[in-house]
Formats: sequence, structure tokens, C-alpha cells
Amino acid sequence: MNASYGIKSWLFTKDHKRIALLYLATITFFFFIGGIFATLIRIELLTPKGDLVSSDTYNKLFTMHGVIMVFFFLIPSIPATLGNFFIPMMIGARDLAFPRINLLSWYLLVIGGLFAIFAMVAGGVDTGWTFYTPYSTSYSNTWVIATALGIFIAGFSSILTGLNFIVTVHTMRAPGMTWFRLPLMVWSNYATSLIQVLGTPVLAITMVLVFCERTFHIGIFDPALGGDPVLFQHLFWFYSHPAVYIMVLPGMGVISELISVYSRKAVFGYGFVAFSSVAIAVLGFLVWGHHLFVSGQSLYAGMVFSFLSYFVAIPSAIKVFNWTATLYKGSISFATPMLYAFGFIGLFTIGGLTGLFVAALGIDVHVTDTYFVIAHFHYIMVGGTLMAYLGGLHYWWPKITGRMYPEGWAKLSALIIFLGFNLTFFPQFILGYLGMPRRYHAYSDEFQVLHVLSTAGASVLAVGYLLPAIYFVWSLRYGQVAGANPWKATGLEWQTPSPPPPHNFEETPVVTHDAYDYSTTVGEVIEVG
Amino acid sequence: MSERTEHVDSVATYTIVWVSLLIATAVTSAVAFIDLGPFSVVVALAIAVLKMLLVALFFMHVRHSTKLTRLVVMGGLMWLGILITLSMADFITRGWIGVPGK
Repeated sequence: MNASYGIKSWLFTKDHKRIALLYLATITFFFFIGGIFATLIRIELLTPKGDLVSSDTYNKLFTMHGVIMVFFFLIPSIPATLGNFFIPMMIGARDLAFPRINLLSWYLLVIGGLFAIFAMVAGGVDTGWTFYTPYSTSYSNTWVIATALGIFIAGFSSILTGLNFIVTVHTMRAPGMTWFRLPLMVWSNYATSLIQVLGTPVLAITMVLVFCERTFHIGIFDPALGGDPVLFQHLFWFYSHPAVYIMVLPGMGVISELISVYSRKAVFGYGFVAFSSVAIAVLGFLVWGHHLFVSGQSLYAGMVFSFLSYFVAIPSAIKVFNWTATLYKGSISFATPMLYAFGFIGLFTIGGLTGLFVAALGIDVHVTDTYFVIAHFHYIMVGGTLMAYLGGLHYWWPKITGRMYPEGWAKLSALIIFLGFNLTFFPQFILGYLGMPRRYHAYSDEFQVLHVLSTAGASVLAVGYLLPAIYFVWSLRYGQVAGANPWKATGLEWQTPSPPPPHNFEETPVVTHDAYDYSTTVGEVIEVG
Repeated sequence: MSERTEHVDSVATYTIVWVSLLIATAVTSAVAFIDLGPFSVVVALAIAVLKMLLVALFFMHVRHSTKLTRLVVMGGLMWLGILITLSMADFITRGWIGVPGK
């Protein structure tokens, strides 16, 4: 991977591993930008009065927090970094099918991000990350079009990454790597890619329609111009609900890898876990109307969407139960990545089960647009995706860099993140249930205790996120040299030096076993810190 | 990539398809000036579907593509079907229950 040096060798690279690292740097940057907005939001909410920022500024803060975190961090997070680096390696390929398109995807994300940053610097945008019409098209005086254009461009990055993965998995598997020998990380990223390719164009056209209405006053969504505002919500959520699965499915793939390697066992019910990813991808497209229960959508459509939403719980539960079953009689080690995996299972389950609450028509009327919803989706996106992302980053760090991270510090930060996360977001379930609406910077005094707890938790969480940023950089120079396979894992990516050579493998590997074949290494325990 | 099938239609075929697309565009514009009531949308969409098929089958070579490529195309259309069907489930049934107070 370090075959050549210099800035040009990175900016014009076609190596999927280097492109993954470009993504890693980019999304880490966006994560900290989004984090700054989150910090300002939490500080404002310490007191019931809106005293730190004006309501207009507050509207911009939560909008830009959402836009940056969703479109420029969570969507590309696992697929574009860990997926980009490891999917070719896991299937025994030398690179992705379209290396140039892979580089183009990264440039598109950066260009999209620049538009979003331009919008922020120029004065911000205040519509919420959902851009609901007619406010976004007819009334908001902020930088809606620049932001929407940024999302439009970043969307193509997502589409091209998905397309690249699909073609790669179909055409570039090593000899003997049959579909049912693929690591589950590959299955879940394949399912994610299907969503990216099928869903993202609808978001793109929706942004174009917002542009047309805002600029040329063509009546599409604004009732005053003869449009239908609920049509926007249909189009937006047709992408943005499946987008939740773009965020969490790759995380589930990471967790399957972690659970298997740190309990020295094959994942229980491989086929079910593999197909549950595809089932989530397909079912995820049939449920978007549950975001529209109080929008004026037909009650009958609401009933259908509510009913279908419950179906997504089935493949999600299959995964959780199968991971748990994998642990049974396993030789479990509590290495840092495994701590994140345990965190994921617990937090994702809470997020998923509260998802059933908000999918129920009656309860949703009570909790719509309250902090209950905020807590629910942060349990999925932060408690789920981010935990899996950090778990995967620790797990593969020795392969990416050739160095171990400091195990003691890493365990400490995993613990801090778990505690900080729950302290931040659990009070928000209660806040929401008691009636605290989202997107308000001033609130009644009775909510203050819970808001203070939440802000305290966010401070703890911030420490938990800063620690890895510091010790990962530290480990690049001072970390213990990792060797090819520090976890004694079976995946193909571990059967080559760390960091991997430019074309991943000296010789194309031939696969003769199923994934996660730990039958020959039973009883081996991974020694950690 | 060795299995790629590179059937290319003749220039005459492409020209015919291109002229057909131009005619279809002209018809769409012409029909816009005639009041057909609710059928205006039907005619416009029918012509649009015809044009889409011509572009996909001839210009995008779907006519000569592998089964997997055709499956991808059908998948895309099916997902468009999901978008339209479930959205219409809202629009069609919205008036079935009266609004209280009206």
C-alpha cells in the first residue's frame, strides 16, 4: 500500500485501499464538524430559556448537524471505508471492478461536501435535514439549493460505490469463493449496495424537483402553486427510510465478523443471516409511509405501512438471535472490537424495539416529532452504526496500518462511549414520552433535569470519541507491530501481510472452506491487553 | 469481462429510432395544446413510456444484453412500480374517510 509516496500518488490513486483511507479522513472530518453542531445544540439545551443562540440559529444548527451526519458521515461510513478496503480482500480480488469509478466516487463526496460547507459558511440552512415542503421551496430564506445540490452530488458517490460493489461481488470472487462462502460482511454490503442503486436516484430527482419549485415556481409540492406537500414526503422517505438500512446493514455485517472471530465459532445460521440482509434491503422499501402518519396521509395507507413496518423486525431479530446463539459455548474474548459488538447488540435492540413503538399508528400520534423519535433513531444510527463502525475500525486497524492500537485505552474508550451514549439518549426517550417536542431550543422548566443529564452524557461521549482519534494516530508510529493475523481469524484479508501489498495478495487465493471455519482452531483464545 | 456481447445495431436502425423519438417529442408537444381532459396525462405518459423503451432497448443495448442485465433493468422498473403503487395507496384512499368538521 505504501509502494509510492507524495500527495499525487494519493490523489490519483486507483488502489481501493488508499481510496478507503481518503474516505476515512474525509468522513472523520465531517464527523467532527457534525459533532461541533451537536455540541452547540446540547449546550443550548442545558437551560430552559433559549439563551445561547437565537431560534433561527438553532434551526440551522440541528439542520446542519443532520445533513452532515446523515449524508456525509453515516451513509458513506462503513461501506466507503471498511467496505472499500476489505470487500475486495474478503473475496480474494486484487481491487474493485471499477477502480477509476471508485476514485470518482470519493471526489463526488468531497465536491458534494464542499457545497454543503459553502452553504454552512454562507449563512446555513434551516429546513431540517428532511427539507419538508412547502417551507423549503417557498418560504425558507436560507441556502436550501446549495445544500440540496451538495446532497445531490454526494448521492452519485453513493450510487457509484454501490454499483462498484455489486459488479465486484458478481465478477471478481476468487476461485472456490462461492456465494455461500462469502463472509457475511460481503452479503450485508451487497444488500446495502442494492438499496444505494435503487433508492438514491429517487432522492436525486426529489432534490431536482425542490430546485424546480424553489427557482422556477413550478407547482409540485406547494399547495399554493397547485402541488401536494405530502408528495414530497413520499418521495423523500422512499429513499430516506431505506437509507437507514444503508447506514445499519453494513454495521450488521461488521458485527457478524466480530462475533464470529471473538467467539471462535462460525456464525449460527449463516444462510439465515445472509438472506436476512437481502430481506431487510427489500422490505425496507415498503415501509416509508410510517414517517407520514400525521402528515395528512390516508389512514388506509397508514395502516398498510404500519403493518408492513412490523415485517422488518423479523430479519432484524433473526440477526440478533443468531449472533446471540453464536456466542453459546463459544470461546469468547473481550477484546475491544467485541465490546463494541456487545454494545451494538444491546443498543440496536433498544433502537429496534422502540422502532416498533413508532411504527404503531396510535403510539406514533403521541410521540411524533418528540424526543422519543430522536432517541429512537440515535439508538439505531449512533448506538448501532457508529458502534459497529468503531468496532470494525479497531478490528481491522492492525490490517490497515500494520500496528496494534493500545488495548487498555481502547477498552476504556469503548466503555466511556457506551456509558456516555446511554446517558445522552436514554433520558430523551423519557423527555419525548412526556411531550418535549424536537427542534425547540426553549422548553418548560420541568424538562430541565433530563436535558442536563443528556448534555452531561454528550460530554462523556465526546471524550469517548476523542480518545480513539488520539490513540489511533499515536499507534501509527508507536503501536506494537501487528503481524499478518493478530486475531487468528479465518478471513482471506488476514492471509496476507499487514498492511497489504498493492494488489492485496501475492498469489490469487483459492478458497476451499466455508467462511468462519474455526473447527481447526477450537479452544484457541485470543490474548488481549 | 470476456462474455460481454457487443452486438451493435446498424446506423439505419439507430437513425430510425432517433427519428421516432423526435416524432414522439413533437406529438407530445402537439397534444399538449389539445384538451383531452384526464386523458392528457394518459397520452403524455404513454408516449414517455414508448420513448423510454426505445432508448433502453436500442440505445442502451438492453435488447442484446445478458439475462442478468435484463434482470437489473426489470428490477429498476419494479422498484419504480413500488414507489408509484404505495404512493397511490395514499392518494386514492385519502378521501375515503371524511375530515371531522367538514
